[in-house]
Amino acid sequence: MTNINVKDLTLEFGAVRVLDKLNIDIQEGEFLVLLGASGCGKSTLLNCIAGLLDITDGEIHIGGRNVTWEEPSERGIGMVFQSYALYPQMSVEGNLSFGLKNAKVPKPEIAKRVARAAEILQIEPLLKRKPAALSGGQRQRVAIGRALVRDVDVFLFDEPLSNLDAKLRADLRVELKLLHQKLDNTMIYVTHDQVEAMTLADRIAIMRGGVVQQIASPSEVYNRPSNKYVAGFIGSPTINFFEGSITDGGGEFLSADMHFPLTGYDASQGALTARPAWLGIRPESVITGTDVDHQPFTAEITVELVEPMGSDTLIYTTLAGIPFRFRMSGKASVAAGDALKIGFDPAQGSLFDKSTENRL
Amino acid sequence: MTDTPVALSAAPRGTKPRKRLTPTNIMLYGTLFVAALYYLLPLYVMMVTSLKGMPEIRFGNVFAPPVEITFEPWVKAWAEACTGINCDGLSRGFWNSVQILVPSVVISIAIASVNGYALSLWKFKGSEVFFTILIFGAFIPYQVMIYPIVILLREAGEGLSLITGTKIRLMGSIWGLVIVHTIFGMPILTLLFRNYFASVPEELFKAARVDGAGFWQIYFQIMLPMALPIFVVAIILQVTGIWNDFLFGVIFTKPDTYPMTVQLNNIVNSVQGVKEYNVNMAATMLTGLVPLIIYFASGKLFVRGIAAGAVKG
Amino acid sequence: MAVTDGADVESPRTTTKRPNRLFKNMTAKLAAIPMIFTALVVFIGCTVWTIYHSFTKSKLLPAPDKWVGLDQYERLWSTRRWLVSIENLAIYGICSLVLSLLIGFVLAALLDRKIRGEGVFRTIFLYPFALSFVVTGLVWQWILNPQFGIQGVVQRWGWESFTFDPLNNPSIVIYGILIAGIWQGSGFIMVILLAGLRGIDEDIWKASRVEGIPVWKTYIFIVVPMMRPIFVTALVLIAAGIIKVYDLVVAQTSGGPGIASEVPAKYVIEKMFQAQNLGQGFAASTMMLLSVLVVLIPWAYLEFGGKGRD
Repeated sequence: MTNINVKDLTLEFGAVRVLDKLNIDIQEGEFLVLLGASGCGKSTLLNCIAGLLDITDGEIHIGGRNVTWEEPSERGIGMVFQSYALYPQMSVEGNLSFGLKNAKVPKPEIAKRVARAAEILQIEPLLKRKPAALSGGQRQRVAIGRALVRDVDVFLFDEPLSNLDAKLRADLRVELKLLHQKLDNTMIYVTHDQVEAMTLADRIAIMRGGVVQQIASPSEVYNRPSNKYVAGFIGSPTINFFEGSITDGGGEFLSADMHFPLTGYDASQGALTARPAWLGIRPESVITGTDVDHQPFTAEITVELVEPMGSDTLIYTTLAGIPFRFRMSGKASVAAGDALKIGFDPAQGSLFDKSTENRL
Repeated sequence: MTDTPVALSAAPRGTKPRKRLTPTNIMLYGTLFVAALYYLLPLYVMMVTSLKGMPEIRFGNVFAPPVEITFEPWVKAWAEACTGINCDGLSRGFWNSVQILVPSVVISIAIASVNGYALSLWKFKGSEVFFTILIFGAFIPYQVMIYPIVILLREAGEGLSLITGTKIRLMGSIWGLVIVHTIFGMPILTLLFRNYFASVPEELFKAARVDGAGFWQIYFQIMLPMALPIFVVAIILQVTGIWNDFLFGVIFTKPDTYPMTVQLNNIVNSVQGVKEYNVNMAATMLTGLVPLIIYFASGKLFVRGIAAGAVKG
Repeated sequence: MAVTDGADVESPRTTTKRPNRLFKNMTAKLAAIPMIFTALVVFIGCTVWTIYHSFTKSKLLPAPDKWVGLDQYERLWSTRRWLVSIENLAIYGICSLVLSLLIGFVLAALLDRKIRGEGVFRTIFLYPFALSFVVTGLVWQWILNPQFGIQGVVQRWGWESFTFDPLNNPSIVIYGILIAGIWQGSGFIMVILLAGLRGIDEDIWKASRVEGIPVWKTYIFIVVPMMRPIFVTALVLIAAGIIKVYDLVVAQTSGGPGIASEVPAKYVIEKMFQAQNLGQGFAASTMMLLSVLVVLIPWAYLEFGGKGRD
């Protein structure tokens, strides 16, 4: 088990700065997910850690060793790719053992490791098959197996589940989590899928434009997003933003003609002061029904659109002059045009400075 | 670069310093340079020889640049070189080639583009069978089909003469050769256009049909404007192919209508008189100039043209 | 006819006016007439005509009624000139296959190594392909000229005994033609193989780097096996080109010295158009067709027959 330190990592392609002075410390045995929209630099960062890209500046340490100038194979890593990258002319067994044979690992040792990986991944019956004869999920298992036999402490995953259909993706996600629990390796996992990120990660690093926006546990990222971008990126349906200002003393948030009491807000940067700001309210934190009256903020709304999702129901309406979404139980019987009383605690929401967009 | 090169003693940081002259790089670029030399040598030799006088060739070195540059061989090759039959140089062959080239390129591409269009968007019963025959036909050696084609052209010429009442010759004339080029250019060009039109979104074609457009309307108003790049590829392919043809030229034309390649061969390999190597090389250069100019001017399109034929060929 | 009666009773729908099948899609069919003509009359018709006449005693004119069976073939295979042609074609063919693929692949792999000036090198390697075989043959005839070409230059440098005169030595003349042929065509093979290399999933290269597999091993054990279909295509293209070799020989050696560099394609043309021995020409060209089929049929089977298994 190994910790990874990325120090001031910068990568430039010509005049374009793809990664900008990144600093990330990953603990031993941690499952870190790099999350972001396409083009944010998450895969690039992974390739830099693997040594597949030459960095422009900075250092990378793996297990206390400075590996900045080392070849990928010397860094003690295993990597799993989105396209699986299995060698198509070799059997599964050949795929698992080719790298080891090449590294002159003794034959009995190779056999032992292949057998162990096959057992862990339950691909023993497939060992003699060619990749073309495997399903997508099986291929991905073999690709993981190829990293497993290397007996390394760090696993790098580059969007490994993106090529699979939704059901299989969910199944393999669970398997990956079990695998991590069993092996306790350090894992870095790149994805653009926030469900994968939330479910798998010990910590999530949300990236944008080559910069890490926030690196924290899934619940922290969800409940206390560090800036407006993260708040909007995490969560589906998207968080609701009210534009307005905080009153003197930080007691209330004013938007349109609405007063949102902020009593009890856990400020990140000292006490709240008067300033223009955004207030973010998650669709999930809205309450309806009998408990409404206990909420610090209540309002009467008219339902404009209902989207039944099965497990729950999404309601679209307008609040303080902006479109407002919230979630109700799947059993709720509401229809467009209904009047409804809703309530929530604005202090449980997130406040962001109007100009810096950072969390207040 | 933002920082100065890192001293070796410092901890590894930033880009790994790489030596330029690693054994791998020396091998890599060394091989490439040697190969480039082999490929460039003939062009170079051709060029320098064509600019030397005969005495310099006799006593000098083929690889040496000309001491005294003379353009006389070029003038002679163009206007005076002898083929054994006539002595008016390559210019006659050049203009013959141009006369063959222009109608051949236009007609073959016009027909093949319509074929490709019909094969991809207006499939009819049997169209795929004809296409398969066409593609496999491209592999039949020309020698197998050439004699019956001679007969067909002769008969067709006589038939046309009877119908029109004027003497029409297809065999031995430029028009016969144009037909032959159209026929043998058809497989590759049809394939090229078929693959291109097959990549056009089918919705576009369906929308046009719903709007009431017919076969020719869709071809001229929608497909043709979209297909301009592939027309350029086809033109490059045909111009170089037809210009470089020798076999059909020898068989389907007469000495006074011989294309440039045939005439070049007759000039250089004629057994009469003293060999004038500088004139020969100037003539060779002249013949190679048209495809070379197209090659260097078209760049990636040339590659695309030949690869389009090859990958699915 | 009874059949039409039955059809009417069976499906009354046909009585509602349905356009004749023949006229359906009529414009497309009319537009395809040149293609249909080429496919049926030229490619099939002319080929069958030639094959048929190869069994006749055609001399100056085709003689379809003078059937002689395999006579022409027997005579063909006892003609020394034809045997020399076949031997030359075999040597030229095997060498040019091996060398084109080897040179083409090595150059493609080198260009694929993210080198500087890739475009320049590619342009240099491919330009001969734009030139005609006549130009190619004449240039190499000049470079290999014993008096003024390479041999003469080396001798004048002081190495008096140096001999490199393939074009005048019957036993190696075909290799002189080979040098020119490779020069003209290997760039094309390089381009095809380079396109194939560029089509290899980049993750494969990354995976092999992570596993520490050396570059040359990755090429031989992983990339080349993955490129098998492209190698097969390249092979078929080279093979189809080899059988057609004609202009190169005419320009470079005219088949000489003597008949030492004759090739089948040249034999056919001369029998048909100069020697006025059509029967021999037809038989020889049918043999050429046969050799194409030997290459083409297994390939077509692999390429198209194999798809049924997917």
